[in-house]
Amino acid sequence: MTDEQIVSELAVILNEVAGVDQSKVSADKSFLDDLEVDSLSMVEVVMAAEDKFGVKIPDEEVKNLRTVGDAVAFIKKSA
Amino acid sequence: MGLMQGKTILVTGVLTDHSIAFSVAKLIQDEGGTAILTSFGRAMGATQRANSRLPKLAEIIELDVTDNDNLTALPDALKKITKKLDGVVHAIGFAPQSALGGNFLNTEWPDVATALHVSAYSFKSLSMACLDLMPEGGSIVGLDFDATVSWPQYDWMGVAKSALESTSRYLARHLGPKNIRVNLIAAGPVNTVAAKHIPGFEKFEDAWAARAPLGWKVADPIPSAKAVVALLSDWFPSTTGEIIHVDGGYHSMGA
Ligand SMILES: NC(=O)c1ccc[n+]([C@@H]2O[C@H](COP(=O)([O-])OP(=O)(O)OC[C@H]3O[C@@H](n4cnc5c(N)ncnc54)[C@H](O)[C@@H]3O)[C@@H](O)[C@H]2O)c1
Repeated sequence: MTDEQIVSELAVILNEVAGVDQSKVSADKSFLDDLEVDSLSMVEVVMAAEDKFGVKIPDEEVKNLRTVGDAVAFIKKSA
Repeated sequence: MGLMQGKTILVTGVLTDHSIAFSVAKLIQDEGGTAILTSFGRAMGATQRANSRLPKLAEIIELDVTDNDNLTALPDALKKITKKLDGVVHAIGFAPQSALGGNFLNTEWPDVATALHVSAYSFKSLSMACLDLMPEGGSIVGLDFDATVSWPQYDWMGVAKSALESTSRYLARHLGPKNIRVNLIAAGPVNTVAAKHIPGFEKFEDAWAARAPLGWKVADPIPSAKAVVALLSDWFPSTTGEIIHVDGGYHSMGA
């Protein structure tokens, strides 16, 4: 999967879980500050991403995933 | 035959597949029993996703333990799914940020009240709401963090756990005549959403692994979940008002 594909799949998940406008989702956006995805929504986003991309995102890793780009890098590394 | 064969248990507190309650629900299913889950509000989506990772899809009932309407509606919601319950698992804890992380001396009563309501009083409310479904008795198990000492960062959550421990003993006293056992598992630190909510929780994770004679893994909720299931089973028929430590032995070491 290319970075763009992962970003657009993440955008679908963020929209589904937290009602984020898909067009606002890009690699440089912070989940919390730009997209207003709080920790409770993030919990669900992580599980949805695990299901979608077939990866395991350990709990201690989640706090390092500040931006959409961080998540893309982690997913590529683990897939 | 599995330990939970023919038993139906209400399991609160499944938020993710890291939740202690998730492992409890999974073990109940593995041991031949049925788990019914609860969740509420914005947590429901996460609980549904965790549910789909269980061996068998469980029913989920809406329950905020501080919401009287939810509590009143619980018996009927349960009766739609099952004739009876054999047990209830209370895996619920919450304290506002101001009540945690070293702010003990400045926390205001409304935040303390929230911590006590959600984490301790709810053990009583939940038990009472399930009473009608346990006419012949049952087993109620809650999750505790050793409250006999103070901890860094844990603050009013620690006070809430003291209240939970006492509530458990009074429930044991009052529900014993109905053949209902009430016990707690005092678990060591486990990496869950609730734990991460406590700033600086990692501080005593390392101490734990070093001091516990059996060692301790913060990423492993299974030892705690196994003990919960053991208490739900028929193998502790005369145990109530008890607190069982599942902490690698940490609590029994002086240094
Ligand atoms: N994680 C640990 O280190 C640890 C150690 C000892 C004891 N415990 C206890 O184990 C229990 C389960 O926590 P966990 O660590 O699995 O974390 P968790 O975050 O997975 O579970 C906490 C649960 O509490 C629920 N909850 C919060 N407020 C609620 C309310 N008003 N009504 C209904 N449910 C509500 C949440 O939805 C969540 O499912 C808690 O009582 C916790 O204090 C945890």
